[in-house]
Amino acid sequence: MSRVRADEEEYWHSSKFRAFTFDDEDDELSQLKESKRAVNSLRDIVDDDDDDLERVSWSGEPVGSISWSIKETASGSTSSLDGRDSSLQKGSSSCAALPKQASSYSLSSLFKGEGFLCATQLCLSLSALTDTGVKNYAPELRRPKAEYKDYSSDWSPKDTVRRMQRGKVCSLERFRSLQDKLVLLDEAVAGHDGNVITAVLIFLKRTLRREILFRELEVRQVALCHLIHFLRETGEQKFLLDLLRFLDRTEEVALSQYREHLNIQDVEKRREFLKGCIGLPFSAEDTSHIQDHYTLLERQIIIEANDRHLETAGQSELFRKYPRKASILNMPLVTTLFYSCFYHYTEAEGMFSSPTNLKKTFKIPDKQYVLTALAARAKLRAWGDVDALLTTKNWLGYTKKKAPIGFHRVVEILQRNNAPVQVLQEYVRLVEDVETRLNLATKYKCHDVVIETYRDLKDRIQLTAYKCKVERGSADEEKINSILNNMVRNAY
Amino acid sequence: RCPFPQAIVWDEYLTGPFGLIAQYSLLKEHEVEKMFTLKPGRLPPADVKNIIFFVRPKLELMDIITDNGTQDRGQGSSGRGGHRGRSPQRDFHILFVPRRSLLCEQWLKEQGVLGSFIHREQYSLDLIPFDGDLLSMESESAFKECYLESDQTSLYHAAKGLMTLQALYGTIPQIFGKGDCARHVANMMIRMKREFPGSQNSIFPVFDTLLLLDRNVDLLTPLATQLTYEGLIDEIYGIQNTYVKLPPEKFAPKKQGEGGKDLPTEPKKLQLNSAEELYAEIRDKNFNAVGSVLSKKAKIISAAFEERHHAKTVGEIKQFVSQLPHMQAARSSLANHTSIAELIKDITTSEDFFDNLTVEQEFMSGIDTDKVNNYIEDCIAQKHPLIKILRLVCLQSVCNSGLKQKVLDHYKREILQTYGYEHILTLNNLEKAGLLKPQTGGRNNYPTIRKTLRLWMDDVNEQNPNDISYVYSGYAPLSVRLAQLLARPGWRSIEEVLKMLPGPHFEERQQLPTGLQKKRQHGENRVTLVFFLGGVTYAEIAALRFLSQMEDGGTEYVIATTKLINGTTWIKSLMEKLEPAPF
Repeated sequence: MSRVRADEEEYWHSSKFRAFTFDDEDDELSQLKESKRAVNSLRDIVDDDDDDLERVSWSGEPVGSISWSIKETASGSTSSLDGRDSSLQKGSSSCAALPKQASSYSLSSLFKGEGFLCATQLCLSLSALTDTGVKNYAPELRRPKAEYKDYSSDWSPKDTVRRMQRGKVCSLERFRSLQDKLVLLDEAVAGHDGNVITAVLIFLKRTLRREILFRELEVRQVALCHLIHFLRETGEQKFLLDLLRFLDRTEEVALSQYREHLNIQDVEKRREFLKGCIGLPFSAEDTSHIQDHYTLLERQIIIEANDRHLETAGQSELFRKYPRKASILNMPLVTTLFYSCFYHYTEAEGMFSSPTNLKKTFKIPDKQYVLTALAARAKLRAWGDVDALLTTKNWLGYTKKKAPIGFHRVVEILQRNNAPVQVLQEYVRLVEDVETRLNLATKYKCHDVVIETYRDLKDRIQLTAYKCKVERGSADEEKINSILNNMVRNAY
Repeated sequence: RCPFPQAIVWDEYLTGPFGLIAQYSLLKEHEVEKMFTLKPGRLPPADVKNIIFFVRPKLELMDIITDNGTQDRGQGSSGRGGHRGRSPQRDFHILFVPRRSLLCEQWLKEQGVLGSFIHREQYSLDLIPFDGDLLSMESESAFKECYLESDQTSLYHAAKGLMTLQALYGTIPQIFGKGDCARHVANMMIRMKREFPGSQNSIFPVFDTLLLLDRNVDLLTPLATQLTYEGLIDEIYGIQNTYVKLPPEKFAPKKQGEGGKDLPTEPKKLQLNSAEELYAEIRDKNFNAVGSVLSKKAKIISAAFEERHHAKTVGEIKQFVSQLPHMQAARSSLANHTSIAELIKDITTSEDFFDNLTVEQEFMSGIDTDKVNNYIEDCIAQKHPLIKILRLVCLQSVCNSGLKQKVLDHYKREILQTYGYEHILTLNNLEKAGLLKPQTGGRNNYPTIRKTLRLWMDDVNEQNPNDISYVYSGYAPLSVRLAQLLARPGWRSIEEVLKMLPGPHFEERQQLPTGLQKKRQHGENRVTLVFFLGGVTYAEIAALRFLSQMEDGGTEYVIATTKLINGTTWIKSLMEKLEPAPF
């Protein structure tokens, strides 16, 4: 068709008149329609003072979308459906020009077209956004007839949804009866386009009573999920909780409310808030965690106040020597335990800040406790404490070394804290698995342990080989020699 | 064409995908003078008339835009005459990618700035080409939206992307699918086709089959550590929009004498795609097979350089010189990949990597999946990164069709005590997505699935693979196995197992005009487009490429997805954001 027509099309699709003036006129037009309808049916007046929000409107064709670029290339067909038809072929013809191997699909060449297309679209949309300046000088043309169709109030719910999916202006307020609104919602859901579903939901939320909205959503799960997501995003916490309560999704109510604590910066307020969370209907397992969370923060507040005072007073040597790197507030439980093992190890169980108190209150398993305490005491190089921690007395008064985490882990932790060989050796010796023991002993140069282990294994070859690892003329070398000699003698 | 210079303010996330389709020079031709990244505070000064915001429809970004000072503009009325002369008045525009969002516009309205935007448009970026055989929507939250929030908008976009693809490459005659989301996408495609009957086109179809696969049909694969070269690069350094950032130490120029001391401090940025010959060859190999290829290449290249000594005649020298640029490119490519391989090797030979892999492989082959695992406990005790823990626990749960209540409770308690109680929200999300769950009905289906689909192969050949299981050194990705079995002998043979996996499986046909129906030559390959809804890993892509190259395979694969993922990025997308937004 004629170039003029095409230009005209383009003008109406890209100029900013479309974005603004149209909107305004749409307003007038629909208001006109509105009043006409109001006169016709006086009984059906609902509170629609907030028509901005009720009239969910999109303006402009989605620039850069397929349908848009299609329209750009389509020559002058005014009906959008026809335009789509002919231009789809047009759009593809640009790609048909690309080399396409007939049989052995060299797919690498395939998507160059796609990339090219994307880039072109990008340029087009860039120009479309800003070339309005020139077009402003164009005389006001009569609007193509087809455009008026946009404001027709005869769109079925299906058509309305379809138009909204394509980013067109649609007024929803003519869907007045509950029946109409629900049909509209169902159509939107069937289209799976979240943007449209949300748009319809906002409209329903404004125009329906809560109870009715909730009731209807209960049987429309997809729409319900969208509304919940919408409320969460916009932070309409109260509405959200009402909805979840109505649906009897109590656990979700609880979690959703609990999530709020993250937004509270002030610790005192956060503590209060968590206290309020304890009674919420969590699952049994979660309830105890929430309770723990509250108790932990309560403790941390007490400990923090105390220790900050101690630190600033400068009386405690421990705090002077190892100044605290950060406040203990809002730290995880295990970190808190480490902190208390570091700064408050010797305190009596009655004190809130004592490790044993923490262990009891939160039922920290032995393994976890030993591991944490070990790391803290080793960091302070308090080898005596390490020893005591791993020593158990039986009822006869005999002492025995025991490590719920395995002695190889003990060695690892001590080594990481640069424990001297004498200390390390003692625990390497206790590693049960022979191979692990040898590995660790060799790695950390605990010669005694290596030598003794080979002796017990009666491994002459390894022992002889190990001689080059120890210092010449040292006690270790002598020990190896004497063992080797003994072994020879025994062999005869 | 545009008389006024413009500036673009980018949502940083978008620069990656856009970088793949348009260069700055192209934008410059369109009068783009300045580019900024979107950040809080006032906009930097620029002598431009138009300012365009390219943003994803996210509320936190809307807040930043508000903060950018867009509100000083009046209600948009003064802008209309503003083009006369060069007034300091600036026009604002906003371009949503990939979709306008009513939610965001409403938000802007509440902030009182909506009127400042002369244009609010969308740029629908459905499928971005990443490589010759790979398309991605780069929609990071698609899986989360579908399974946590039941928001199927990303599926709508996927369907739209597929319609575009069909408009360009012909109607795809056969559609197969597995999973609820797959069903939705197929339904939408059929509906879209019905609503626009004009879209019936006359292009000879390139694709014979479309296979739609839900990520939740195969939750296992992304959780395992990928062991292909590209997969490991992604696991360790993270590939973003085909670019990877690497620690610079290994890439210091090795020049004798001067300047050896000052190492570069900026991370080294490299683009990775099949345009690079060497990378195309090694990307999909098991990492254990990469070393030998690299050393072979090194020999070839040094031999080629040696040839200069044999060049006697002027003609020979000329020929040698003409090959130089190619050889030098090959040499620098080899140097880069040798450095990357060294970096990776440092990690794969570490004790912890080995331990982690051992546990993963035990789980996947069905050993001790029903009790608390020592290694996981140790990792928690040593406070390894939480995501690593979650990956392992989820893997165990999936390989056991859910954990025993006692085991699950134990893990939960340990995690909460060590990493903080607030992670209860994340654990809840994982449960909702089905990644972490209590075993219901006390039945573990995984062994049956594993055996029927041959997911675990004991004798795996990493150097010269004969099965897709090489990509995980033993585990054959379930998703790719489904694709393989669909091609031959067909899904009918595995009906029982398909029923155990979540969601429906189905087949649809799209009628083609007789003129377009393919008359297949003997030995000609079929082409299948596999669309992963909810994300795909590099290892899965490697496995599909392996199938494409099999001599008697008979099927070539093209891959599309909502997002390229690995276990870490995937779990991260499901975690509750614990830090409050920057505002």
